[in-house]
Amino acid sequence: MAENDFIHPYIPNSVPEVRDEMLSAVGLESVYDVYSEIPERLRFKGTLDIPEAIPSEYALKRHVEQILGKNKNCKEYLNFLGAGCWQHYVPAVVDEIVNRSEFLTAYCGANYSDIGKYQARFEFNSLMAELLDIDAVSNPIYDWGDAAGRAIRMASRITGRNEVLVPKFTCPDRLGEIRQLCQLEEMSNAISVILVEHDPKTGLLNINDLENKLSGNTAAVYFETPSYLGLIEDQGEEITRIAHKSGALSIGGVDPISLGILCPPGSYGADLIVGDLQSLGVHMSAGGGQSGFIAFRDEEIYIAECPLEIYSIVDTVEEGEYAFAEVRSDRTSYGSRDKGKDWVGTASGLWTIASAVYLSLMGPKGMKEIGEVIIKNSKYTQNLLSSLPGASIKFSQPHFKEFLVDFSGTGKTVAQINAILLEKKIFGGKDISGEYPELGGSALFCVTEVHTKEDLNRLYLALKEIV
Amino acid sequence: MKNIKLKKYHAPKYDEPLIMEMGVKGQRGIMIPQVDKEIENTVGTLEDLIPAKAQRKKAPALPEIDQYHTLMHYLRLSQMTLGMETGIDIGEGTCTMKYSPKVNEELVRSPQMTDVHPLQPEKTLQGILEIAYDLRNYLKAISGMDEFSLQTGGGAHATYINACVTRKYFQDRGELGTRNEVITTQFTHPCNAATPSTAGFKVIILPHKNGYPDLDGLKSIVSERTAAIHMTNPEDTGLYNPLVAEFTKVVHDAGGLCFYDQANANGIMGVARAREAGFDACHFNLHKTFSSPHGCEGPAAGAYGCTEALAAYLPVPVVTRLSDAYHLDFDRPKSIGKVRSFFGNLPAVLRAYAWIRSMGPKGIKTAAEISILNNQYLEHLLSQIDGISYPYAEGKPRFEQIRYSMEKLKEETGFGSHEIQNRIVDFGIQSYWLSHHPYVVPEPFTPEPCETYSKEDIEYWATAIEQACKEARETPEVIESAPHNQAIHQIKDFSQAEDADRWAITWRAYKKKYKK
Repeated sequence: MAENDFIHPYIPNSVPEVRDEMLSAVGLESVYDVYSEIPERLRFKGTLDIPEAIPSEYALKRHVEQILGKNKNCKEYLNFLGAGCWQHYVPAVVDEIVNRSEFLTAYCGANYSDIGKYQARFEFNSLMAELLDIDAVSNPIYDWGDAAGRAIRMASRITGRNEVLVPKFTCPDRLGEIRQLCQLEEMSNAISVILVEHDPKTGLLNINDLENKLSGNTAAVYFETPSYLGLIEDQGEEITRIAHKSGALSIGGVDPISLGILCPPGSYGADLIVGDLQSLGVHMSAGGGQSGFIAFRDEEIYIAECPLEIYSIVDTVEEGEYAFAEVRSDRTSYGSRDKGKDWVGTASGLWTIASAVYLSLMGPKGMKEIGEVIIKNSKYTQNLLSSLPGASIKFSQPHFKEFLVDFSGTGKTVAQINAILLEKKIFGGKDISGEYPELGGSALFCVTEVHTKEDLNRLYLALKEIV
Repeated sequence: MKNIKLKKYHAPKYDEPLIMEMGVKGQRGIMIPQVDKEIENTVGTLEDLIPAKAQRKKAPALPEIDQYHTLMHYLRLSQMTLGMETGIDIGEGTCTMKYSPKVNEELVRSPQMTDVHPLQPEKTLQGILEIAYDLRNYLKAISGMDEFSLQTGGGAHATYINACVTRKYFQDRGELGTRNEVITTQFTHPCNAATPSTAGFKVIILPHKNGYPDLDGLKSIVSERTAAIHMTNPEDTGLYNPLVAEFTKVVHDAGGLCFYDQANANGIMGVARAREAGFDACHFNLHKTFSSPHGCEGPAAGAYGCTEALAAYLPVPVVTRLSDAYHLDFDRPKSIGKVRSFFGNLPAVLRAYAWIRSMGPKGIKTAAEISILNNQYLEHLLSQIDGISYPYAEGKPRFEQIRYSMEKLKEETGFGSHEIQNRIVDFGIQSYWLSHHPYVVPEPFTPEPCETYSKEDIEYWATAIEQACKEARETPEVIESAPHNQAIHQIKDFSQAEDADRWAITWRAYKKKYKK
């Protein structure tokens, strides 16, 4: 390997003397004695077509910063985009903890050497359970949509039925993930996704349509509060009762940051609860902060059908000491391969620790106050924007943090409006006129605790000039 | 190896309570922005804003703790976690526990990453799209594939994409009705069996023959029902299957697709590629091979690559470049659709990009070569320990990892890989991992000493194993009651977590079951 000397700070044994000493110890001329297992015609010849190394750490940092500098971000720009990835404040202590080397780099260390990770995870489960008012929470998965799809598949296995009712105005990304997990019709374990209409005035789930579409084949009714369009769905209890009456399960999707002030689905008997942890102390990072959680009843059938890892608190030989151990690992694909439930894999574990620290800092009072500031800031903005000529807030039902502004009456499209807002360094609401044309030329605005009154007034004045 | 002195390690032990047991009523960990007076006066009260039925009646029973003690608690929990960077993490094979460079952490913590919203207009995302586009090109070079998707949230998720792409591909050809079987090999990660099963395929597991996937066995099970094979190489055993191109040929001749799980790519980067072996698709774990940290089981990212023939089916969006600007292409009518929200785990993409730029073509190859050499060296040391062996294909070299067995030790001492695992953490190294399902190698453990680890690290690790094996023979009481130097003692009874009346997945469930 002498022709290939390359000493790199990430590779201690790249020092030729060390390498030669090791080669000599193992009795090899070169590692190519090992690679000789690869048939000649399968070897890659030549040099990989990637740029030469940037040797210094400083130069690498300069190089990447220069590229990243081409982004604009939500600190420079005033942001009103949400739709599943929301701009909330991340407390400094949360960053301090999730950036700790031990948590950042831990993986599957077993029961003892990573005990702190397991305890933090158990605390996350326990804090989420209080927030959701339900007794069991599993390890997380990729995002809300994946969690919803997994919960629907659990419901299908638990009930032995193969249809799910889903609100028509579900976030298209999320609905796409649900459809992917529910399968192409041709497949033997397919679940039909049936969309339930909304009430044209309130925007809530249409109970008549729900009852009409519910049948003996319905495995679950999935609903969201707040909904994709930001509406507070206050029929959760009724939806759950109707689902249960026909032997179906009730699955509630929630944005957990609302639950200091909104009633959690566990309180009215939902069987499974899903959502995204990103709002609880995780940065947006262009969508890198998503993490889907699944919570459910502490009953054997739910645990048996959950595809994700679940841990229980257990005793050690020392009185009063806690440890943690996996619950029925043979449920998962790690334990039973293709015979396990769906599949499990590395997903988004670090964000459970972010959320545990976040909920600990916030406490019951902080969660209530943050819900209050969000809903009030949002309402204030709705009042401002609905006073713009030609603009109106869609649907009469109260909103939590997101709301739909219909600009149809302004003579301008959302794209035109957002382009001018961008010039004023404002990211306007998500243009949903393409995904749901029946909702008109509408944009989904997201207002949170990060917005000051001045920010909201700035948006209003900018829009006033445009429309 | 004889000169290595094991550390008198002890894990930090704080007898730390659960956060739910801490705090004093009224304490607060953080103050948040208050509602502006003018807003307060114009929008009404919470009761006005929330329909009665939707109001939370009872506050969640979250702890009430000041900031300093919240920080102290979680800092202590972090110290009670060995992680990868303090504990010579050689033991977690197939996971490639390599160093995650700190400079990359600084980059992902920049507001140009953390404060970016994925739905911002494309022209405000040009930096991160350029990085994603270029990473995609580098991965194309490393695999020989024609197109890449950086969408998925993990390696198993990428194998799921392949199952979905396979489904769509055959649906498109009108063959899905008949092609409903996916074949996978025994020593491939379980997700390669589980994801096609989730996607509705019947899964057939091809048994091994002397550690290698059995080519004759494959020939006997392929048919017009074969949709795909999911396989890896080198497999979890560390054995490289030299007949891999014959495998892909047999499956192609039967009309099926070939997917290469490259979670085990670390030892062959720049040496052998998916394309030359005849694969239609492959995936890499950006959090393993390309240095993004594992983060307590994620956030992770799987990069899925495929040939031109399958590119139309990739999930949306795909990052493209047109006239010097980068785009997110959603207009792909044959796409399988969405598998994750937005466009992927971009911080992992950024770290992988930075790692590749730091290494260059020569560095990547060196990393592969050293990972092979390190494994040979560890094998040389472990082979000298009485009671440890590894099965199959005697005389054939292993690549970047080996599935060893403590069967002989177990027979001779009654202690096997579980018991030794409990002991080695007392020497200040991370716990090792045993095996994926199926557990066909008795008393398994699977170390992977990737390029991050020094000669001394490898010697220390082997010495810890040697010491524990010696204790199994000479001082069995030490092994029996291990661990001794950890924050907690041995778990009393694992069946507590198997029994619905005794398991407690949350603190409120615990209180219901134990504090009646």
